[in-house]
Amino acid sequence: MSAITTLFPGTPGAWSLPHRGKVAMASLIIAESAIFTIFVVAYLIYVGKSLTGPTPREVLETPIFFTICLLSSSLTIHFAGKFLERDKRGAFLALWSFTIVLGALFLFGTGREWHRLIYEHGLTISTNLFGTTYYSLVGLHAFHVTAGMVMLCIVLIFGLAGRVGVEQSARVEVLSMYWHFVDVVWVVVFTVVYVLGR
Amino acid sequence: MSSDAMAIRNVEVESLPLVETLHGWLTTVDHKRLGILYIAYALLFLVIAGIEALIIRIQLMHSHNDFVSPQVFNRMFTMHGTTMIFFVAMPILFGFANYLVPLMIGARDMAFPRLNAFSFWLSAFGGFLLYFSFLGGSGLYGAGNAPDVGWWSYAPLTARAFSPGHSSDYWTLSLLVSGFGSIGTAINILATILCLRCPGMKLNRMPLLVWLNLVMAGMVLIAITPLSAAQIMLLIDRYLGGHFFDAQAGGSAVLWMHFFWIFGHPEVYVLIIPCFAFMSEIIPVFSRKPIFGYPVMVAATVCIGFVSLSVWAHHMFTVGMNSYANSFFTITTMAVGVPTGIKIFNWIGTMWGGRIQFKTPMLFSIGFLFQFLIAGLTGIMMAAAPFDWQLSLSYFVVAHFHYVIVGGILFALFAAFYYWYPKMTGRMLSERLGKWHFWLFLIGFHLTFTVMHIPGLLGMPRRIYTYEPGRGWDTLNLIITIGAFIQAVAILVFVANLVISYFKGDKAGNDPWDAWTLEWSTSSPPPAYNFATVPVVASRRPLWDQKHPEDPDSRYD
Repeated sequence: MSAITTLFPGTPGAWSLPHRGKVAMASLIIAESAIFTIFVVAYLIYVGKSLTGPTPREVLETPIFFTICLLSSSLTIHFAGKFLERDKRGAFLALWSFTIVLGALFLFGTGREWHRLIYEHGLTISTNLFGTTYYSLVGLHAFHVTAGMVMLCIVLIFGLAGRVGVEQSARVEVLSMYWHFVDVVWVVVFTVVYVLGR
Repeated sequence: MSSDAMAIRNVEVESLPLVETLHGWLTTVDHKRLGILYIAYALLFLVIAGIEALIIRIQLMHSHNDFVSPQVFNRMFTMHGTTMIFFVAMPILFGFANYLVPLMIGARDMAFPRLNAFSFWLSAFGGFLLYFSFLGGSGLYGAGNAPDVGWWSYAPLTARAFSPGHSSDYWTLSLLVSGFGSIGTAINILATILCLRCPGMKLNRMPLLVWLNLVMAGMVLIAITPLSAAQIMLLIDRYLGGHFFDAQAGGSAVLWMHFFWIFGHPEVYVLIIPCFAFMSEIIPVFSRKPIFGYPVMVAATVCIGFVSLSVWAHHMFTVGMNSYANSFFTITTMAVGVPTGIKIFNWIGTMWGGRIQFKTPMLFSIGFLFQFLIAGLTGIMMAAAPFDWQLSLSYFVVAHFHYVIVGGILFALFAAFYYWYPKMTGRMLSERLGKWHFWLFLIGFHLTFTVMHIPGLLGMPRRIYTYEPGRGWDTLNLIITIGAFIQAVAILVFVANLVISYFKGDKAGNDPWDAWTLEWSTSSPPPAYNFATVPVVASRRPLWDQKHPEDPDSRYD
């Protein structure tokens, strides 16, 4: 069977292809972007079309602190990955845990805002168009943050068990791509909901 | 050096008990088995949705017919359309992609075999969920069972008030679930093509089938996801009291149309591009010439991929958009005909001067060329908004898109079956039955869908369950129904051919067509690992190089 290689002449010297995990995550991100685009378009089209109150201007408060939390978690996860590449497990675990804390803070912020909107202003998903589009867009994003948190926690558990080393670096990088994507989506959602939509 | 050197000797395998065989198929992560599962599952639904089509045609055979009630008629055309697109065309094309892409790029499996199995079972359960609606769709209301709102399910028909019970929920959920399956498969195809090519298989040496499936997978990512998003919105409306498509609360029914067709039109190209891929492999082999204009074919496909994302609202000319939108979508729709025309010229250029062998795969390919051309021409006619205002929602439209889907996609699929069945089973399909299948299907197809243009021009609307006599539609509808039954007979011949040839067909050997791509270098059917040694290629036609060492393609690469 060794003859096979000679059957096709002109063997290339070096043959390297992209990492399949990264290609797959990039593809998933493209697909997810299309889903978010549709929700963002629906939000923008329905801005100001609600027939009854409450309106965004009356009830929304800009979540500056929690936005800073989420965006800075992109930095912490990036540096966590860099430390893992250099096999500095302690620093990796510390920054990784910090990322999870920042993500949890953000989710807490979303939860608090929803609680306030529901109990103080009586805004639910069925109240008016604003409620429908707001809860579905922000909720879709929060769902993605939650999914990311689950995956981050799984890595943390394996990391605490001492199973995440430099050889998993590429895989951790894939998860990191997802987390960056979730952050970028929040920039868009934030702009649409809290800046343009009011 | 003959190709026998590549053969992997068939090892005698002990025959397993039935339960273990079934268990093996249920738990498989092998891309070839999953490909066959996709195809078998799609063929099952092809028969089911075909029977639904026959019920529609019997009902319309003559005026004032009462073969089925109006309610059942609505369910039949809804289920026929939904099934044919989502549970026949999509899975069958994914099945071929699954089977062929790794073999053609010299890989041993897909990039993510378990994701592959997961995606298949998601799609499969989506189909079973849709058909469970016949039992479970009435819910507590005793309202109708299967979905009956048309395959595009325009708002507000899907609102709770107009669609009580659970029939619309089954429609939504089954498409959502199978949509996730499609996205998983698309990601898998992309990762496989980009990351698992064998040494030497540069992008510009990939077989066109692989290139076109790459574009198809990319389109699935962008085109299927808007449908998933819209289905989520519809679920929010139906279950959480949302107002996305609720005009009484300020929502918009037209928004659903946009979201649906942003999916719906690219979907047509998601389905036709793999068929272009079959043509681009089959026509060169039976013309005994390499494909004409390889780089142009790739460029035209990528171009179709982009342009087809901006044509969707030509389905909505009658909604009353402003003149700018009408002009824009007219122009883009006509523009998409340009790269498609380039492809047709290239296939003809491939055949030109070739030594054409009229085997069954080639017959179906030639049928494809003619019919797809006509389908494209009626498409260009309806791209003109004023013409569309006249004929939208008439049988002319039904004839047009069946020309695309049956005359184009299904003919290409039959060609693919006759071409790759020997690779998948190790047996040739019977040429005699194949010729019967081709000619019967061709005659049936034209009796049905060529004639169908005329009642459309005479003003017969689609989706009506019966009509008055004396409008000039009666004879035409009878001919259309007769054609449908001839097609059904042809399908029976095809199924018989599949079954008989599996047991009694001639042994195929590795390379029955004297073809040039890598899948023909391994045994038929290929072993689980595909290639004993991962091949190394130096041109677009590695098997040509191997068979003609005195004049290899790689010399001109």
